[in-house]
Amino acid sequence: MFYYALKRLGVAVLVAVTVSILSFSMVYLSGDPAVALAGEGASNEDIENVRRIYGFDQPIIFQYGNWLLQAVQGNLGHSNYLKSPVASVIFERLPTTMLLGACSLAFALLLAIPLGVVAAIRPNSIIDRIALSIAVVGQAMPSFWFALTMILWLGINWRLLPITGTESWMNFIMPSVALGYYLTPAVMRLTRAGMLEVLSSDYIRTARAKGLRPMTVLFKHALRNAIIPVVSLAAVQFGFMLGGSIVIETIFAINGLGYLAWESILRADVPMMQAIVLVLSVFYILLTFLADMLNAFLDPRIRVA
Amino acid sequence: MRICKSMLALGVAALTVALSSNAYAGKADDTLNWASSREVAVVDPYYNNTRMLVIMGQMGWDGLVFRDIKSGEFKPLLAKSWEWSGDKAIEFELRDDVKFHDGTAFDADDVVYTLNHVSNKENGVLTYRNVSWIENAEKLGPHKVRVNLKKPFPPAFAYLANAVAMLPSGHYENVPKKPDGKKDYAAAKPVGTGPYKVAEIKAGEFVLMEKNDAYFADSPKGKPQIGKIRFRTIKEMNTGIAELLTGGLDWIWDVPKEQAERMGSHPSVTVENAKTFRVSYMAFDVLGQSGQEFFKDKRVRQAISHAIDRASISKNLVGPASVVIPSACHPDQFGCSQDVPTYAYDPAKAKALLKEAGYENGFEFDLYAYREREFTEAVIGDLAKIGVKAKLNFMQYRALRDVVRKGKTPINHMTWGSYSIPDVSAIVSNFFTHGPDDLTKDPQMKEFLNVADNSIDPAKRQEFYKKAFDRIASEAYWLPMFTYAKYYAWSKDLDFSPTPDEIPRFYATKWK
Repeated sequence: MFYYALKRLGVAVLVAVTVSILSFSMVYLSGDPAVALAGEGASNEDIENVRRIYGFDQPIIFQYGNWLLQAVQGNLGHSNYLKSPVASVIFERLPTTMLLGACSLAFALLLAIPLGVVAAIRPNSIIDRIALSIAVVGQAMPSFWFALTMILWLGINWRLLPITGTESWMNFIMPSVALGYYLTPAVMRLTRAGMLEVLSSDYIRTARAKGLRPMTVLFKHALRNAIIPVVSLAAVQFGFMLGGSIVIETIFAINGLGYLAWESILRADVPMMQAIVLVLSVFYILLTFLADMLNAFLDPRIRVA
Repeated sequence: MRICKSMLALGVAALTVALSSNAYAGKADDTLNWASSREVAVVDPYYNNTRMLVIMGQMGWDGLVFRDIKSGEFKPLLAKSWEWSGDKAIEFELRDDVKFHDGTAFDADDVVYTLNHVSNKENGVLTYRNVSWIENAEKLGPHKVRVNLKKPFPPAFAYLANAVAMLPSGHYENVPKKPDGKKDYAAAKPVGTGPYKVAEIKAGEFVLMEKNDAYFADSPKGKPQIGKIRFRTIKEMNTGIAELLTGGLDWIWDVPKEQAERMGSHPSVTVENAKTFRVSYMAFDVLGQSGQEFFKDKRVRQAISHAIDRASISKNLVGPASVVIPSACHPDQFGCSQDVPTYAYDPAKAKALLKEAGYENGFEFDLYAYREREFTEAVIGDLAKIGVKAKLNFMQYRALRDVVRKGKTPINHMTWGSYSIPDVSAIVSNFFTHGPDDLTKDPQMKEFLNVADNSIDPAKRQEFYKKAFDRIASEAYWLPMFTYAKYYAWSKDLDFSPTPDEIPRFYATKWK
């Protein structure tokens, strides 16, 4: 297990370094960064001054090393637009996005796993059909449309839930359902397929023959093995939710990280974009690493291989 | 069964909690909630030039004079009286009973500090043209100042009323420094003398302003009525509408026409289409800098002008308060002559002009735009009818402005709000005096506008502006399209009236 963890950690570090190089190079994507920073109408002298102050006159490897060192110490630069340190803005908004992502993931798992299990127990039955229908609707329905429909009914017509903001837990219900529902079909289908495969395997037949209770067979022996691919999927999807919740954050006026990323692109706020890419990527890498570890824990064959 | 009952009870309890804790803002807690799609990161009248800050600027800060939007008259505000001293200086007698939000008294030092800071180009005021006409300010007494102008500047009072707010002396002295070592003036704590003071800012999320109880009684702005005014950023219009309908917001604008018309029948909301100072125009690449030289030929420009059904776009897409404009200015601005050569919608004439210019079979060109895609698409549809194919390049404003200034746009479909300045110098002089936005570089235009911009004789100004507008129209340098009209929607609880300068007077708004 230790060597497996070390190997995965090595891969994670290599990916993180690659991402950091890509993030750093973003500053050069829109041409000379000194010209962009100096602003409209800046003289050559102003531009040279900016180049010297920000270190753009240094060799590129030195600039990268310096940037990485600062980033590791938590100094991610200064936002050109918000006039604040980038790190403070990101870490102010990150909890909101993480909470939204976690709630969405919890909703998706709580709905999809039981549905997948039930569908697998009674394949091709009416329950299976209903579960499949829920999955198909979730996959086919655009999240913005679903979100607006919920606003119309739950927010305007019935006035059950607040529409915007993050003041209370109720503010998170509609966005979490809208964001999480999109993930439900994939988890449900993966659980169903895994359960069907596991339930027809020899060791389950043996367990039943030993006279174990059906619930024990189902949850202790079958689900534990069937859920392994779901763990990987959930970890990857959680990473996706952190960065990919732009539409939902926009509709529900939630000032999270996805929304900030989109706004920073529109405002050409390069230091903010760099930092968001870096932070989200590190989270993504971390989550994938944790999923690998969890999978290895659940399935010894993975760590042995 | 028992479990079902328990679940039901739990559900009812959850709903009760949901309903009871869903606190709605508005009249009940004396807080006017308004929203727009733009973010506000900086609350400073000189270091943020978005429309939101223009609105908040009028609430939080006062200028020396006040423009009565109904009569167009300039009235005393922080200045009690004024007098021209020659044609390049104005002497102001100041009020002696005004206090800033931090409790310090307002006097001549504040005016001198503010005007000398903002008129110094090195201090990087964002819309420098608003103050570029000021040479400096001198203290003549504790409550008397002289403002020296660089040259005669007739619309000085329009700028003083709309865009020159007074700050306390030393306001920008202790601001933090940026990484380049320069002072970050945008980080200054907002302090003004206005009817509302800034209570809390969360950059990019909200700005909360509170009533200034110490606001001077006889201000032409009036005593503030509503306790708190909270601005929020809501990007998605459907969400804004939903919040308005459920009481989470009290005021929104920029509502799309179809949605505004649907909302009109809602019992809790007032919807109104009101005119604004913003005009839509199409500017031609007269000099052929873009590499597509079709529009060097005046007949082609005139053909395009005849091909576009501006009345239809104005009526069907913009709103009832929008009007087609013949001149490159807003009809409500001083000096805006409407009596110029016009281009009626006439596709047959357009085709004849194209044929005369040698483009009988039409041509293909790049059209650039940044705002209300549907308006530009209607233009493209009209052009297709005369055989001219426009390829739409839809960009963000900031990016497009640079492309326009580099002369790379054969035609750009843009808009201009004149910074809500009720004088044509805020539009025509920006685009036709050989500045970075001038795509014509016509020496005749520069000559006309030089006279008009620098004369303090209103009749002479009007005469020369008319010459300029005549030339723009006859040469078809621009195709002025229409005035913008905005759909506003607000709570029935609110006593509010839109104004044509796109500056909602929240300080004068009250609950019914």
